[in-house]
Amino acid sequence: MSSIFIFPGVGKTSLVVRYIGKMFSKHISPTIGASFFTCNINLDNARVKLQVWDTAGQERFRSMAPMYYRNANAALLVFDITSATSFTAIKGWVKELQSNVPEAMVLSVVGNKSDLESLRAVPYSDAAQYAATIGAAYTETSALHDQGIDQVFLNTATSLLKLSSSNLVSSLRSYDSADGDTDRIPTGKPSEEDATHTGKVELPAWRIDNIAHGEMQRSMCC
Amino acid sequence: MASTSKDNAPISVQDENTPDELEPGACPESILNPTDSFEEFASEMSSSLQERNALTTKSSTISEIQSEIGEEKDAQMKTTKSADDLQSKDGSISASASSSNLTEENGDDTDNAPENYLHSPELINKEKHVFILSSAGKPIYSRYGNEDKLAGLCGVIQALVSVVEEQNQDILRSITTKDCKAVFLVKGPLILVAVSKSNESETQLVLQLTYAFNQIVSVLTLTQLNRIFEQRRNYDLRRLLSGAERLIDHLLIFMEKDPAFLLGAVRCLPLPEKARENITNAITTTCHKIRDLVFAIMIAGNQLITLVRMKKYTLHPSDIHLLFNLVRSSESFKTAESWTPICLPKFDATGFLHGHVSYIAEDCQACLLLLTVQRDAFFPLSQAKHTIAEKMRRSNCLVAINDALNRHRDLPTTNPLKHIGIPEIRHFMYKCKSTAQLFTSDPISLDRLQDYRMRHKEGGDIVEKPIKKLSDIDYVRNYRQFCSQIHCTSIPAKLIFRSNAQDTILAWVTNGFELYVTFDALMEKDQAIKAVDRLLWWIKKEEQRIFIMNAPTF
Ligand SMILES: Nc1nc2c(ncn2[C@@H]2O[C@H](COP(=O)(O)OP(=O)(O)O)[C@@H](O)[C@H]2O)c(=O)[nH]1
Ligand SMILES: [Mg+2]
Repeated sequence: MSSIFIFPGVGKTSLVVRYIGKMFSKHISPTIGASFFTCNINLDNARVKLQVWDTAGQERFRSMAPMYYRNANAALLVFDITSATSFTAIKGWVKELQSNVPEAMVLSVVGNKSDLESLRAVPYSDAAQYAATIGAAYTETSALHDQGIDQVFLNTATSLLKLSSSNLVSSLRSYDSADGDTDRIPTGKPSEEDATHTGKVELPAWRIDNIAHGEMQRSMCC
Repeated sequence: MASTSKDNAPISVQDENTPDELEPGACPESILNPTDSFEEFASEMSSSLQERNALTTKSSTISEIQSEIGEEKDAQMKTTKSADDLQSKDGSISASASSSNLTEENGDDTDNAPENYLHSPELINKEKHVFILSSAGKPIYSRYGNEDKLAGLCGVIQALVSVVEEQNQDILRSITTKDCKAVFLVKGPLILVAVSKSNESETQLVLQLTYAFNQIVSVLTLTQLNRIFEQRRNYDLRRLLSGAERLIDHLLIFMEKDPAFLLGAVRCLPLPEKARENITNAITTTCHKIRDLVFAIMIAGNQLITLVRMKKYTLHPSDIHLLFNLVRSSESFKTAESWTPICLPKFDATGFLHGHVSYIAEDCQACLLLLTVQRDAFFPLSQAKHTIAEKMRRSNCLVAINDALNRHRDLPTTNPLKHIGIPEIRHFMYKCKSTAQLFTSDPISLDRLQDYRMRHKEGGDIVEKPIKKLSDIDYVRNYRQFCSQIHCTSIPAKLIFRSNAQDTILAWVTNGFELYVTFDALMEKDQAIKAVDRLLWWIKKEEQRIFIMNAPTF
């Protein structure tokens, strides 16, 4: 088993808070355990509800990770472009995911803190090349300057939608809802692990540290 | 000068006048385990080396609960529990990666001359230092300065401790110099040291070190802590604690200021009886079917609002203090719902509970902790939280909580001294012993803590400047010595009355309560006792609001 631990401080929480809360705070306090966020993303003909786990990077929370990625359908693998170690850490996580998550998964590699270009330690091309080998998109972001973040989430949602329509993934089901009522209970059978949870379409997406359980819903838009 | 008297004159006065024979705050069943922390620490202090080394781990309460919840679940739970470890599934501490990292981190130790560092401004003139190191002498935590540069000092501490143990078959407990006390505590694989110039007694310092140890256990569990050092005596624990130093920092400040620690009691948010009942009902009606839920705890501003528990189980005040500290030090709980492992050392030091932690609403700064033995329970608990919040809003509980937190003018508990109407009383604190709950005349608010830290220059430097207006914190400082006299194991005092030109202090302990009162200077004893009597009458009258008087279960 890989024994790589994730580096805290790459900016995972800042990214999510920027995306969902539309703000950046210099004084974000370290995540304890994992925080749970939800957001809705409107695509051309569908609305995707993402449930995002933002996990703590500290090694002592390492053992919690399987709980978040087990039912996930997407993962954002965030590293800090000024830290080579944080980039290396990602590779270990990808291996762990590949050997523990049987279902197809949307992977996305994110190089954060792009505003710190002068301190860059991971060349763009290295990261992009690596992302290509695992079939992931590569995006650079800055939570500070709000750059690239919308794109990361939008791409993830779009890929999830594709994944769901290609029906490759059994845990990922979408259902049509004529009225677009987000709270409608689906008729589909709940998956064993998620019997507890709202029971809607599971479109979980996780990222290394941000694991999103997506609930996706297509509305009958024209 | 302190005059100690054991005559029970005041007790008879009390018997005549209090409306009920039960002391204020007492009730038939308590949510809190009323073990007196002083008794506990006194036993800590008197244990011999053999006793300490034979420190056995108690059976696990968490496993007990898990097996009670259901057989079919049991098998799955067991594996779950072992998977809670911080280590990878094969049980070893990701050894290769960590050791390589370790050498990196410690590479620059030799750069600084260690003797000079001990005299640097970061370290000198502090009122109280706390150092934590492994029994191999590796630095883990220093309250001030950079523990990396304290490797030399830690080596010396380790040598002192082990020389006394090995050569004298004894325990090094403290070293006292003219103006300074150093107190040592060896707990499992850790050595904890406080070096203090404050007026805190040795017992009080040991109590604080024990809290610091429990804070570490709360993050790692005792089982893991022991196992890590069994496997690698030289392990650098900072790797696993990273991010948790902050919790210890906050805890140390918190302990110096809040009398709850001094008295081993929990402060409750004063609320109308009906409001508290509605809050408790919102929780019990929502959660009674969630079988793995052990505790539902609602807190605000370091005060307990309600605690609902699984039958048979109560919480120790010190576990609640650790939860207060966790919530207070973690701004991140405010932005989203969190899910985190939490070990409550007194409840079960061997395993983690899993906590759903969230604030009730954006417009109400009460924090709800739902603690379960089931590591996959996030979603049902998240659902439950939303239901609870909704019910609370509908029954106007949020308003009641906000009024109490904002210390609304019309509430009798906002400014108790004015309400009681005895102008000679400057300050008091009262602990109901059987329920381990506390009430003081002037609860420290969080901003007050901030002020205090500024006044004492955040860095904990000793400041000579006289203080103009005393706050709760300053009164509590004054009570410390009385508190130690009352809890002294050899000749405990029952009543202490000391009157001088600065103030008059009365400390009184009975089977039911502890009371500390500061009066104006040069009060007569009779007069003070009469005032205390009125005070007790008032606390009794307001007890339903000030204290949690029942012990609800799911
Ligand atoms: N310059 C810069 N700093 C960032 C950026 N994103 C996060 N940070 C900083 O990096 C630190 C860690 O951020 P945090 O979100 O807590 O990281 P996490 O541990 O991965 O969740 C904080 O001090 C942030 O202010 C960014 O895009 N640019
Ligand atoms: Mg974070």
